[in-house]
Amino acid sequence: MKHDYVRPLDLRTGRIDMNHGAGGRASAQLVEQLFARAFDNEALRQGNDGALVDVPPGHRLVIATDAHVISPLFFPGGDIGSLAVHGTVNDVAMLGATPLYLAASFILEEGLALAELKRIVDSMAAASRAAGVPVVTGDTKVVEQGKGDGVFISTTGVGAVPAGRTIGGALARPGDAVLLSGTLGEHGVAVLSQRESLSFETSIVSDSAALHGLVASLLAAVPEGAVHVLRDPTRGGVATTLNEIARQSGVGMTLHEAAIPVRREVEGACELLGLDPLYVANEGKLVAIVAAAHAEAALAALRAHPLGRDAARIGEVTDDPHRFVQMATRFGGRRMVDWLSGEQLPRIC
Amino acid sequence: MRYIDEFRDGALAQRLAERIAAEVRPGRTYRFMEFCGGHTHALSRYGIAELLPPGIRMIHGPGCPVCVLPIGRIDQAIGLALERGALLATYGDVMRVPASGGLSLMRAKARGADIRMVYSAADALALAQANPSREVVFLAIGFETTTPPTALVIRRAAREGVANFSVLCCHVLTPSAITHILESAEVRAYGTVPIDGFVGPAHVSIVIGAGPYEHFAEEYRKPVVIAGFEPLDVMQAILMLVRQVNEGRAQVENEFARAVTRDGNLAAQAAVSEVFELRPAFEWRGLGEVPYSALRIRRAFAAFDAERRFGLAYAPVPDHKGCECGAILRGVKTPVDCRLFDTVCTPESPMGSCMVSTEGACAAHYSYGRFRDARLQGPAT
Repeated sequence: MKHDYVRPLDLRTGRIDMNHGAGGRASAQLVEQLFARAFDNEALRQGNDGALVDVPPGHRLVIATDAHVISPLFFPGGDIGSLAVHGTVNDVAMLGATPLYLAASFILEEGLALAELKRIVDSMAAASRAAGVPVVTGDTKVVEQGKGDGVFISTTGVGAVPAGRTIGGALARPGDAVLLSGTLGEHGVAVLSQRESLSFETSIVSDSAALHGLVASLLAAVPEGAVHVLRDPTRGGVATTLNEIARQSGVGMTLHEAAIPVRREVEGACELLGLDPLYVANEGKLVAIVAAAHAEAALAALRAHPLGRDAARIGEVTDDPHRFVQMATRFGGRRMVDWLSGEQLPRIC
Repeated sequence: MRYIDEFRDGALAQRLAERIAAEVRPGRTYRFMEFCGGHTHALSRYGIAELLPPGIRMIHGPGCPVCVLPIGRIDQAIGLALERGALLATYGDVMRVPASGGLSLMRAKARGADIRMVYSAADALALAQANPSREVVFLAIGFETTTPPTALVIRRAAREGVANFSVLCCHVLTPSAITHILESAEVRAYGTVPIDGFVGPAHVSIVIGAGPYEHFAEEYRKPVVIAGFEPLDVMQAILMLVRQVNEGRAQVENEFARAVTRDGNLAAQAAVSEVFELRPAFEWRGLGEVPYSALRIRRAFAAFDAERRFGLAYAPVPDHKGCECGAILRGVKTPVDCRLFDTVCTPESPMGSCMVSTEGACAAHYSYGRFRDARLQGPAT
């Protein structure tokens, strides 16, 4: 009897074809030889349709999901794979939770080079291992050429938050301090610099990073309940994030432009492109709204962590029925910081 | 020297603000029109209004290229993309300008039109070269600043024999618009728009030079101070205008001397006059038909003129009835005078063109200055 021989996946010159999504042997081979191998962990090895996992006692679950459609797939400082891990891990962490597991689904476009897919999956697996958050279940589908853009990745994260901890967008109170964990706009500018239509040379790399370690350091440094809101300012930038919080909490804010950290290269690129760093996406920064009494301790904790070195206290929450976010400009005037309107930079995450 | 922070120095701004406050005559109102959207944006973004004494009123002018583009021109572009199957390339802000039938370029795109946003005219030509089987049309808008790049790509397309590229030329001219405002009934007859002087264009003046404004200063007795787009430039220019008014002078002064000369960029001017000629009339949103206020492509480059190539006829379309963009662009009204402002007209769904670009008076006020109205009106519900 012949061995059940199947020619291995050609990861050098092969491409995704419709067979890889048909659910037959080719699909199984793609999952086994690429995805399962890269993400390998105990839950995944169970080989079931879903993953059976433990929930830490005395905790509540946090679930967050995030779709990633970034173009280009590779950019300075990361790629769609690492971004899909960081984005979702951060969404879980912003509720003060410890991220535990990830689920991932991949929509692959017919014609995608397997070598590219392998680079993305390997990078995603590395990011997941570095974050300590395994991908425990997943799915792949293939769409015809022209109906996707190489690969779209959707990730869902599950995390655990101690019972009694409440951190959320509706909890900002007048008098609270607004902290920002670092410099603004690096992700958006790094991605933009790679766009075919406006490629420019820059040394800026994306800030894409998993922030749950930074959140844990912050929460450990102040009493439970001192941190009211955590949010990562991704699409729409810090301006939009702060407006969301102001609306949810029914408060206003005053920012101090001179206190907002922006790297010189980002400032220059934004000048050139007519962008405002306040509206440019970040993938490794967080905004923390903290009771004023604990603001300095919180700031010190952020600064002590490698991902929060450039953290700054950028403003305070005010009592404003209009829920306006205002800014005292470095120039000495005053203006509003409104929601992002329109699509300034499409497909950046 | 990094050429960013130097021109945004808060301490210097305070000193300039004190100077201006010291030099304005008590009880006198100084009304200055900043022609350019770039200045409107700087005034709003840096909160300059708060640094100026109450006697100084800034009137926003029509110098926002997206704002003055009439509905009929956008309709032409949409028609080319939706009905004629052309690949249409244009600058980003144009995408959201409202057109007829509830459409905009962005909405036409959602209906299947192939519309691409480009950062430069050269990118539009590159699109044509990359898609040789498609008709590629560049919707070219803007004042004298964006005109030379359009001239250069048309020249290059001609030289390289690019057969599938054309330009829908909507380039307009600054001096004719200023004349039109100064000749308008509101300024001359009714006195509803008293203008004591102009903050003159920054980038436009780099191209055309300071010379073309001398006519306004002499003929209409209006001081003009050409100013850069940085906030300190604007404040310095306001101080210079106050001094001219106080001394009864009406001259062209150049605050933006680091970039603007009297004659401008002669090479750019030569390229423009090689490719373009004056249009006898062009419709501006808000200003209506303005004679000799825009450019069209010369016959020698007819192959690259989308109007000729596709046999386009221009049909003017009236603005929305409640929209005050016209009066706002002429300086007769301010954004808050418009019933649509911040009700049905917002940056997310602009009814009028002034709400589209942040250089537009309405969008600038909405995005940066709205909190001042709230102070007057009391709490929101």
